[in-house]
Order: sequence, then structure tokens, then C-alpha cells
Amino acid sequence: MSIQTIATWIVVIGVLVLLAKPLGTYVVRVFTHQPTILDRPLHAVEDKFFHFMGVSRESNMTALEYGVAFVLTNMGWALLAYAALRLQGILPFNPEHFKDLSPGLAFNTAMSFVTNTNWQAYGGGHTMSYFSQFAVLSYLQFVTPAAGGAAGIAFIRALSGRKLGNFFVQMTLFVTRLLLPLSIIVALLLVALGVPETLGAYLHVHTITGQSQLVPRGPIASFEAIEHLGQNGGGYTNANSANPLENPTALTNVIETIAMGLIPVAFFYAFGVMTGKRRLAWTLIGVAGTFYLVMLALIYFPEAAGNPIVNALGLHGTANMVGKELRFGLGGTAIFETSTMAFTTGSVASAHDSYLPLSSLAFFLGMFLNMVFGGKGVGLLNMLMFVILTIFLTGLMVGRTPEFMGKKLEAKEVSLTAVAFLIHPFLILAGTAIAVATPAGLAGLFNPGPHGLSEILYAFTSGAANNGSAFGGLNAALPFYEVAIGIVMVLGRYASVVAMLFVGQSLLAKRTVPESSGTLKVDTPVFGTILWGSIVILNALTFFPVMAIGPIAEQYLMLAHRLIG
Amino acid sequence: MAQQTTTARGQYRGLILKSTLTKLSPHELIHNPVMFVVEIGTAVVIWLAIRAHGAATVRYDWLVAVILIFTLLFATFAEAYAEARGRAQADFLRRTKSFTKARLLDPSGATRLVDATELRRGDRVVIEVGDIIASDGRVINGVGSVDESAITGESAPVLKTRDDAVTGGTTLLSDRLIVEITVNPGETFMDRMIALVEGAKRQKTPNEIALSALLGVLTLIFVMVVVTLVPIARYYGPHATNTTTMIALLVCLVPTTIGSLLSAIGIAGMNRVSLVSVIAKSGRAVEAAGDIDTLILDKTGTITVGNRMATEFLPLPGIALEDLAEAAWLSSLADTTPEGRSVVELAQSIIGPRDLSLDLGEPVPFSAHTRMSGIDLTSGTKIRKGAVSAIRDLVENPAPELQEYADAVSSDGGTPLAVVRDTTLLGVIRLKDVVKSGLKERFSEFRAMGIRTVMATGDNAITASVIAAEAGVDDFIAEAKPEDKIALIQAEQAKGRLVAMTGDGTNDAPALAQADVGLAMNSGTMAAKEAGNMIDLESNPTKLLDVVMIGKQLLITRGALTTFSISNDVAKYFAIVPAMFAAVPALRVLRALNIMHLKTPHGAILSALIFNALIIPALIPFAIRGVRYRAESADRMLMRNIFNWGVLGVIVPFVGIWGIDHVLGLFGLA
Repeated sequence: MSIQTIATWIVVIGVLVLLAKPLGTYVVRVFTHQPTILDRPLHAVEDKFFHFMGVSRESNMTALEYGVAFVLTNMGWALLAYAALRLQGILPFNPEHFKDLSPGLAFNTAMSFVTNTNWQAYGGGHTMSYFSQFAVLSYLQFVTPAAGGAAGIAFIRALSGRKLGNFFVQMTLFVTRLLLPLSIIVALLLVALGVPETLGAYLHVHTITGQSQLVPRGPIASFEAIEHLGQNGGGYTNANSANPLENPTALTNVIETIAMGLIPVAFFYAFGVMTGKRRLAWTLIGVAGTFYLVMLALIYFPEAAGNPIVNALGLHGTANMVGKELRFGLGGTAIFETSTMAFTTGSVASAHDSYLPLSSLAFFLGMFLNMVFGGKGVGLLNMLMFVILTIFLTGLMVGRTPEFMGKKLEAKEVSLTAVAFLIHPFLILAGTAIAVATPAGLAGLFNPGPHGLSEILYAFTSGAANNGSAFGGLNAALPFYEVAIGIVMVLGRYASVVAMLFVGQSLLAKRTVPESSGTLKVDTPVFGTILWGSIVILNALTFFPVMAIGPIAEQYLMLAHRLIG
Repeated sequence: MAQQTTTARGQYRGLILKSTLTKLSPHELIHNPVMFVVEIGTAVVIWLAIRAHGAATVRYDWLVAVILIFTLLFATFAEAYAEARGRAQADFLRRTKSFTKARLLDPSGATRLVDATELRRGDRVVIEVGDIIASDGRVINGVGSVDESAITGESAPVLKTRDDAVTGGTTLLSDRLIVEITVNPGETFMDRMIALVEGAKRQKTPNEIALSALLGVLTLIFVMVVVTLVPIARYYGPHATNTTTMIALLVCLVPTTIGSLLSAIGIAGMNRVSLVSVIAKSGRAVEAAGDIDTLILDKTGTITVGNRMATEFLPLPGIALEDLAEAAWLSSLADTTPEGRSVVELAQSIIGPRDLSLDLGEPVPFSAHTRMSGIDLTSGTKIRKGAVSAIRDLVENPAPELQEYADAVSSDGGTPLAVVRDTTLLGVIRLKDVVKSGLKERFSEFRAMGIRTVMATGDNAITASVIAAEAGVDDFIAEAKPEDKIALIQAEQAKGRLVAMTGDGTNDAPALAQADVGLAMNSGTMAAKEAGNMIDLESNPTKLLDVVMIGKQLLITRGALTTFSISNDVAKYFAIVPAMFAAVPALRVLRALNIMHLKTPHGAILSALIFNALIIPALIPFAIRGVRYRAESADRMLMRNIFNWGVLGVIVPFVGIWGIDHVLGLFGLA
């Protein structure tokens, strides 16, 4: 392991841990309407907007109203996005004269960006006009993370004994107080490090070999900033953060990696501040952090050891660098990919298809769990979903009705939580089953054997987890995948969030039970370990068979120096 | 009652067997989604086995079918067995209910014989010696002794007088009573008790409903995993999956262990409560008992033995201890109250046993007027013992130490009695409330589990504080009136705590109703019994502690078996997944996952399935008796149980499946 790798890892993890407390505290101040430094410039503007919307800052919604506002607002955006993409040809800022998108691709793209997935069945650099990139995609990259974050905030508020709050207020504050200020900082840093930010047309350049080349450019730095801060992950170009215009140096790589984790990690801490249970927040950060480290190790070490088939040919000591950028090195690439899978960003700095099957388990792990910090708000919701399931499953063993945050967990909360848990594997497994069983699904396959199966599985997992990264090796631009993954993304986003909002409301209405030595303590390393184990077992029980016949089988084949059986 | 249950068990074998089979009906099993899925799977495998007649895998199909049938039988047996234990108890009760006639008293004063079932609330009946009391009621006239052994198991007759409650099914042993019936047919205490122990009226408790819901969703997840695995695995070819194996995998994954034992755990929990002679009016109350945060306990009868006992003689200066002891002994010989008995016992421990055959003299009984009792000896000596102020007035110039000693005893929470022989003051007897043995340890166990104990007493604060310290309760309320108890319960509940209490008097009824768990004494008034959600047939208020323990054990047992059931699945995957794809060339490499080195693919699947079936009967004793546990903090209890049921739950099936595979190997099945 090189000094550079170790330094990169320490900087990324160190900054994320150190900023969790100040940023998390700031998040709480914003969403409990306490004074913050940005009040002076923003308060009046926000008030005008709230007045226009007819809402007041401190108003509240029920879970039903909140859920309806959340889903309908998103669907409204989806319709607008769909229309704008279908009409791209007649809309302004289109210097390259890109055509209208097909209905399937427009549906897929609209759903993808509205659900904060940013699955891209297209190549940005040769499909999207500046208007589409900026007014449609970039706009959605701001508001959809804000919508997810708002839902997370509403749930934390409910757990802390406050009413849910107003969706529109929380979403607006999320943009004005978090995403915009942070984006400006990150965008400026990226510009300083060489990322383009322009509305000028693509460059036609003559290369030293005498060829001519089209260099796509545009408002890339601002796009990159929100792409990572909002865990969006849709790249400006098809190569995403492996493209030197999006991610030119090892330093920008570190900045983008940190940008992905800032808000999700801070959200965990904010949960602790808001509910007054900081120790629990650190326990949860520890649990998610351990999964993060497992993923990092699972990506780095097999790749560093190299491809067993290549090693068998006598080329010992070479890391598997296929599909990776030399300028980031294996260490920088590994932590970027760990982060993009953990925080469900979905941007990539290397080709996931070229990883060894063992490493790809880490990609699947991040998306299956969907709570290794996860997307802001939503990742925390998923973590708390596992906390509730674990408390219910094991908490009975202390001889009391299981309690969480002083509220008894009864049939309603447990059923809703279990259903929220069920949706994710259902979308992944049912989607994959349908794709594998139909000619339309198999038509997109480029690779035979277990690897091909992994590619289909990855596509649906990425959609359900609202990650958006692609394994590659699969033609996702077929109508079947455009529609199927579009549907999976929508259900994956809204169903569990709304279910958890109802859990929050139900808990809020309950009488608080005071803690005693007979109460299960959840803010301890012991419970953290049990939670970790429960998450592993629950997910293993769900996903072990498909993992066995996909990446695990491929890894064993590779160890036997074979590829497809 | 415990004994009758065990002896009766033999007669219920046929019943258990029948019920085990009738419970297999899909109509019944649909209420248990886990086992219903198993039943559907079994039907499919049987159908496949019949259809595959003559095919190479027919033996395998039939073996799977047989194991699945046994899995179902074990599950229905567990429930049938738990129910039969309850029914044995109910039948015992019902036998005592075989009375038929009652003497109904007309307003005119005449009586006529009617069927007991015709008695309605408000009717008046006459009960003669030897009659079985026909229904629950209240004595409005007469005094008589009643044998309540039918419901309490206690053979000593109980004296019943005006306004006392009587219970249907008990027998009048002496005199004559006129009783007003207080319930309508079918609602009598006995009827409700039979329905409850039999499980007929058993409703699922809130926690059981929540757990069932979770098990239902888990089952749904596993159905989904297995159903989608079929097309996904067929990516490797149309024959990559075998339906029988897929069903075997599904049955192994769904939580059959807890699914088949869940209702048995609930029934057995109710049963354990009735085995300590407490009748819970609902399972909900038993479950709530496990959640109790605060116990409110009466001092007298619950924490203390109920009577003051002599614990020490304090002779005045110049008086020998033996002198005082002998005088105290003589003065108490005729005193048959527990206090008097305790003075005699204490005195004999000092002066040794004395011959009682002598005619010592004329006893003087206690009167409220003189506030003393004693004896006029044949020698003419008068010995008196009584309230300090009363005795002091018998003597001129009493020694100042008398008052000092008396005050010292009072300030320790005791009651002083002075003893005088003629005009010589001898000393003071210390009478004290005695805490029931073993209570202090139990209270500290409760403290470890986070349960607060509060003592309620009518005594003054000094006396209360002494007893409170001696018993080790966390708090006490002195000079408590019934309203104070309700206020205390409400204050605790306002803080979100669940409160349990005991009571027997009519003025306890509101508090019993207000408490989350109210244990009424069977000796108490009907109002108290109506208000409480549990009744102790032996009228021992300390039972409340047992009930709380049983409630906790019920929840622990449920959690432990759930955790065990889910942890088991890990090993089953390692047995089945490598085996199920053994016929797929590309997936043959998965044999590397066969870490148990199971011999053949079919043997591996059968071993996992057999383990899955056998674990059900193996855990029935835990479901019936409850998981053993010790009183400790939640954190320690969690650690212990996670190890016992979670960690071992992962390890045990690895060993079990490996062992079964070896046994199958002996028969050529693996």
C-alpha cells in the first residue's frame, strides 16, 4: 500500500468524521428554525418564496400530507423534465443541435433524475443540450436530493418528538442553506483545479497526431459540485468522473469523494443532535463506517493482488488496473468507488465492469444495504429501518416489549418497517428475474456466464437503490431496460420513504416510556455489534443465492482459471 | 393445581393426537402464514412425487415429502400439546362445576329448586350445608364456612359473612347463607377461568400480533427470494432448478421454528400463570406484566407477614432478662393472637420450654378499654402487658427509662409493649413488622431489571421508612389512603411508566382498575375482583412478583426462539446452495461453499430439511417452560441471550446438519 493511498484514505475519512459534528449541528439549527449565519442574506428571499407558495416556515404536515406533497412534487418535476427532453430540439441553448430524446429514453431519464438515481441510459456529451444539462438535469440535481433530505428531516423530527414539519419549507431550506452554499464552494475549488465552467460551444481541436477531435465542455464544474454533494451521480459526460474534464487530478478526486459523503455523514450526527442521542448517532456512524471500511478493503485488496488468471500466466505483482485511471492510482480509485456505492451517488471514476468479481461484491453490498450512510436522509431512514427491525427481533430477549426512542414498537410500526425492508429486494430480484426470463431482457446482454448475470442484476440493483452507476456490459438503452429500470427507480425511491414517514408519525403519537436499567440500550458498542450482525444476516438471507450464482460463482471460476464455466 | 395438571396429562394423549391432525386443515393453518406456506409446499412436493412415478428422483421427492409432512405435524403438535395442558386444567375445574340445582328465594320468602344456569344477576338463593354454591354472588345474610379448594387448592375453609363474595363451584360446609347472585349465566368466574385456561377465548396479544406480522413479511421475502431464483438460475439453462429442491430451500428459510411455536409459547405463558394459581383475565395482562416499570405493594400482607412479632425483650435496669421473659410468657399464655404467640415463642427461647399442665391462674383478656391483657396467678400475683401509657399508669413513680426504651422502640418503627408484675415495672417488649423472607433479594433483582418498587402503608413515616429500608424497596408512601394510591399510579403513568399493584378491598377497586396490571385477591370483594385484570386464588399478594417474572419470561422466550430461527438459516444456505446447483456445469465451482463437506447434493438438502423439522420438537420444552433467565440489567441479559440464541443459533445447525448427513450416510441416503 503506497503512502499516497494511505494519505488519500486518511484525508477523506478524517475530513468526513471531523466535519460530521459542525455540519450536523448546523443542519439541526436550520431545520429547527434557529438562527444561523446565512439568515441575513437568505431569510428575506426565502420568506418571499414561502409567501408565494402560501406556506409558513413553522407549519406542519401529517405523514399523509407529507407523503402526497413529496410524491406529487416529484411527479410534477418528472412531467416537466419529460416534456423538456422530448422538446429539446426547439428549446434554446443547444449549440450542437442535439435532437429530441425518444419517449423511452426521456421517460427513463426523467425518472432517473427525479428519483435522485441518475441512471444514464444515454451519453451526456452527445445527447444533451446545454439547456437540458443545466435547466433540466442540474435543476433536478438540486431539488431531488433536497426532497429526499426533507423526508429524512421529517422522520428525525418525528423521532425527536416534533411534528413532521412542512415539506416545501424543508426542501427549500435544504437547497438554500445546504446545497447552494456548499456547491458554490466546491465548484470554485474545482474551477481552481482546472475543471471547465463555460456556456461556450464544444471545442474542435487538432491533435498532435494530425487528427481533429471534438472536446465537449460546458458548465462542468457546477454540474460536478452538485452531482456529488447531492449524491446524484449523473455525469456530465459518459465517462463521468473518469473523464479528465470532470475529475482532472488526484486532488479533485479527493474533493469529489469528500463532497459525496459530507451531507450523509452529517445527517447521522444531526439525528443525534435533534433527538438528544449523540451516543446513538456515533454508534450508527460506527456501524455504517465499519461497512464502509469493509467495502473499501473488499475493493482495494483483491484488485491490488491482481487478476488470478493473469497471475497464473506468470505476471505476478501487477495490480488489476484495467478500467482504472492511473492519475488517481488504485487507492484513490478504491475510495472514490467505495464512496459512490456507499453514499448511493453513482458517479464513477473507473469502469465497474472491469473489476474482479470479489471486488464487485462491495458494489453490490453498498447498494443492497443502501444505508452505508446512503443518500442524505434516505440512507438514514434505511439505517433506522434496520435499527427498528433489529430492536424488534432481539429486543424481546430483554423481557420487555421492544422500544425505540422510548416508544413501544407494535404491530403497526413493525409491519410498515418490514414492508419498507421488503420493497428493496423485491424490486431487485423481480426485475432481474423478469429480465433474465424474457428475450427482451437477454437482448441487452454483451457477456455470457456469471458475469452477464451480474450485469443485469447490477442494473436493477442500481435502480432500486437509486444509485445510478452502471456495471456496463449491458445495453441499457433498449426500451425494455428504459421502462423496467424507470419503474424500479420510482418504486425504490418513494415506497419505502413514505412507509417510514408513517412509522415516524405513528411513533410520534405514542406515549414516551422512560428509560430504566431494564430498557434495551441502543447507544452501546454491544448493540452496534448486534445491529451490524443483524444487517448482515437479513441481507445475506435475501441476496445470498443470487450472489452465489453471480459474482461468487464467477470468482471461483476465475480461481480455477476459467471465465464462463 | 399443578399436580392435577400433570397427572391428568395421560388422558389427553388421544386428544393431542386428534388435534395435531385436525390443525393440519388449511382452514386452520391459514392463520399461521409461515406454516401455511409449508403446507402448500408439501402439497406440491407430494403431487410431484406422485407424478414422477418411476423417474430417477422419485425416492428423493418422497423423502422430501415425508420430511415436510413431519415438519407440519411437529408444528401442529406443539400447539395441540400446549392447548391440552390448558384443557387438562380446565376439565379439572369443570368437574367441580357439575352442580345443577339452586334454591331460588322468591320475594315471598318461599324457595324453589331451579337450574343453576337459570340464575341471573340480582336473584337471591339460599344455600344450605353441603350445597355447592351455584353461581358467583355476595352474601347478604348469614355466616358460614366455605370450602374453596375447588378453585384455590387451599383446603382450609374460609369464613364468609355479610357482603363477602362467594364463588360458584365452592361448597358450604356449615350454617346457612343467603346469597345475591352478581353475574349472568356464562359470565361466572368459573366459566371465565375455564375459557381462559382452555385457550378458547385466547386473543393474540399486541406483541404477538406484531411478531406475527413480522414473521409474515419475512415469509413473504423468502417466498420472493425462492420464486425469483427459479428464472434467475435458469439463466444457466432450463434444467438449472429442481422444484422439489426449491421448495425444500423455501421451507428451510421461512421461520418455521418460531412460526410453529409462537402460539404454544402464548398458551403456555397463560398456563404458567395459572400454575401459580393466578387467573389472568387476558393474555394482554400477562404480557403487560413483563413491561411493568413500577410495582406498588401494600406493606401489610405483601411485604411483611402481616402481623407484628416480638423480636426483643428490653429489661429495665435492675431487672433480669429471664424475669422479664418469664413474666411476658405468663402474660401471653392465653393470648392466641399471632402477636401473643410470638411473645411466647421468644420467651421460650430464653427461659426454655415450660410445662403447661399446671393451673397457673386466671387469664385476663385484652380489652380496648384497659389496653392491656395478662394473668392473675393462683399465687395472687398480677402480671399485665399492654400499651406503655396504660401500664405506666398502674405504677407510682415509674422509672424514666421505661419511656426512653419505649421511644427507642418507636423510633425504630417498632411497637413497644410494657410488662408489669404487681407494681414492679419489668421492661419493654419490642414488637416489629417482619419482612417476608427472601423479599429483599427479589426486590434487588427487580431493581437490576429496572423495576421500581414502592411500598404503600397506612403507618406513619417513621415506621414506614424502617420497613422500607429493611425490605429494600425503592420508595414508600406513608399514611396512604386509597386516593393516594390512585394519585401515585396516575403520576407514574403520566411519566410513561406501567404500574402494577395488588388489592382486595372495595376501596382498592379504582386503583386496581387504573393500574396496568391489577392483581386482586380472591379473598377480596367482588368489586376488587372485577376491577383487577388478574386474580390470585391463594390471595397471596407477593404473587405479583411471580406474575411479572412470567410476563418477562414470555417475551424473552418469544425473542429467543425468533432469533434462533433466523440465525439457523445461515447454515442451511451453506448446505443447500452448493448442493442445489450441483447439476449446472458453470456453477459446479460453488461446491467450494460446501464447508460442512456434506457427501451428496441430495443428502445435503435432506439433512438441512431434517434438521429444520427436528428443531421444532427439540424446542417445545423451551416454548412450554419458557427460556430460563436470571434477573439482570437489560444490557447483560441481551448479551447472554444473543450468545445463547443468536451466536449458537448460527453454530448449532452447522453441527446438526453435518451430524444428520453422517447418519443418512449410514443408511445410504447421503
